[in-house]
Parts: sequence; C-alpha cells; structure tokens
Amino acid sequence: MKNKLSISIIIIFLSFCFIIFYKGLNNSKTYTPQINDKKDMPIFKAKDFNSNTYVDSEKIFEEDIFYIVNIWASWCVPCRTEHPILMELSKSQSVKLIGLNYRDNQINAKNFINKFGNPYSQILIDKDGTLGIEFGAYGVPETFVIDKNKKIIRKFVGPINQEIADKIKLIIK
Amino acid sequence: MKFLKIFMIILLVNSFSQLKSDEKNNELKNKILKNVRCLICQGQSVYDSESDFASSIKLIVDRKINDGLKEELIYEFLKEKYGDWIIYDPKLNKNTYILWLLPLLLFLLGGVIMKKKLKF
Repeated sequence: MKNKLSISIIIIFLSFCFIIFYKGLNNSKTYTPQINDKKDMPIFKAKDFNSNTYVDSEKIFEEDIFYIVNIWASWCVPCRTEHPILMELSKSQSVKLIGLNYRDNQINAKNFINKFGNPYSQILIDKDGTLGIEFGAYGVPETFVIDKNKKIIRKFVGPINQEIADKIKLIIK
Repeated sequence: MKFLKIFMIILLVNSFSQLKSDEKNNELKNKILKNVRCLICQGQSVYDSESDFASSIKLIVDRKINDGLKEELIYEFLKEKYGDWIIYDPKLNKNTYILWLLPLLLFLLGGVIMKKKLKF
C-alpha cells in the first residue's frame, strides 16, 4: 500500500515536471516588453529634423489630440513596407504623426522622405538612440499611440500593417 | 612663488579627486550594465552586448549616473520602460514570489521527508 502511494507520488511529480518543461519549450524564447500598459509620455528635448534646433516635448505634443510616434530610419527595410500605411494614417484630422529618426544619416533620411513622402507633422532626430529608450523602444520600427492625456496607450513593435492601422483608427476615432 | 605652490597643490588634489570620482562612476556603471539584460541579443548582458540597443542603454546609464541618480533609481527607470525582466536580479514581488519561495518550500519538504525517514 505504502509502496503504491510512493509510486503514485513519483508519477504525479514527474508528470508535473514534464508538463512544466513541455509548456516551457513551446513558449517563445524572446522576451517582448508589455505593450498594453498605460505609461506617461517622457519629457525630453530633441533636435528638429528640418530646423536643426532643439524643441521641448511639451511644445511638440501641445495640441489636445492623439499623437502617433513612429520610430523609423532610412536603412530600415520594414520601415519602407509600413510607410504607405503611415501616409494613409496621416490624412486623419484627429491625429498627428511624429517621426523619430533613429540612428540615421540625415541625408539618407531626407532622400527617404523625398522618395516615399512625408507622413510626419514633425520629425525629431535620435542620433544615439537614447530618445527611443525614453519611450521604451528597443528597435526600429516601433510605433506608439499617445492619447489626449499625454499617456502612451499602445505600442506596436515592428512594421505597421493594415490590421494594426485599423486598430489605431479605432483608438483615435 | 608661494601662491603658485599652493595653486599647484590645490590643482593636484582636485584632479586626483576628480579621477577617483570618475573611477567610482565607471565601476557603478559597469555593475549596472552587467545586471541589465540586452533585449536584442537576449542571453547577453548590456555590458557584453554590442547591439544598438545596448550602446543606447550604456549612454543612458552613463547620463543618469552623471546626473547623480542612485543605482536603484536607474534600475527603476529601466524596469518602468521594459519591465522587471530587463534586470538579471529579480526582486520579490507578486510576479516573482514563486521563483523565490519554491526553493525554500522544496528545502523544507526535503527536511520533513528526511526527518520522517531517519526518525530523529
């Protein structure tokens, strides 16, 4: 009787370990920071892409509307695929797009904008990537939706596709 | 001449303390960077990584130290941006209590089993 109980306990324990490890093996090995938490928008000073002068974040996000902050670079291939969708989003009156030009060559970035169009109402230069860190970004492209209370309400890692654009349209409606 | 000597001594002491403080800041910076995970090359610390993300974090940490921020506040800043996972040393909270308490529970369970088996 005692022997049977011990064997049952061992089997239950081994099954438990098997389930844990099996589930663990199926989980993604890449950590992605949480994307749905509301976070305060960082307060910063950044160089304007066109005027090369420093601007305060309060001045950039002063209007009582939604903002979309998009991190992009001319060398980033996925940024090209999302660009037409950003162009489409920029037509909306209820949102302004702010571009964060990430670790880029300014001439290449200008050529990119001239070639594919400018969806941004303002572009900021993030030469060393530290501005992206303030937003909680870790790569390019990344897109943040900022509400009227100046809170980051959504973050999208990777290029924007039509499905994400529809989600954004619903948020800013 | 005397004035020049005093001036030289002050200059020497000042540059020595500056050097000492730079060294201290550098040590703190390295300690923090070794305890922060790189999100691009996961499995490597920011200290070891050469990715763009890691080099930006290195700059941010450097700036925060120069601004006089304490080690804990720098970790808090990074955790607020990227979650607890970015720090190698997870603190005890509602998400990590199993991680911290399970070894202790297993240890106690082992103790109980041993006590019963050995009957002491």
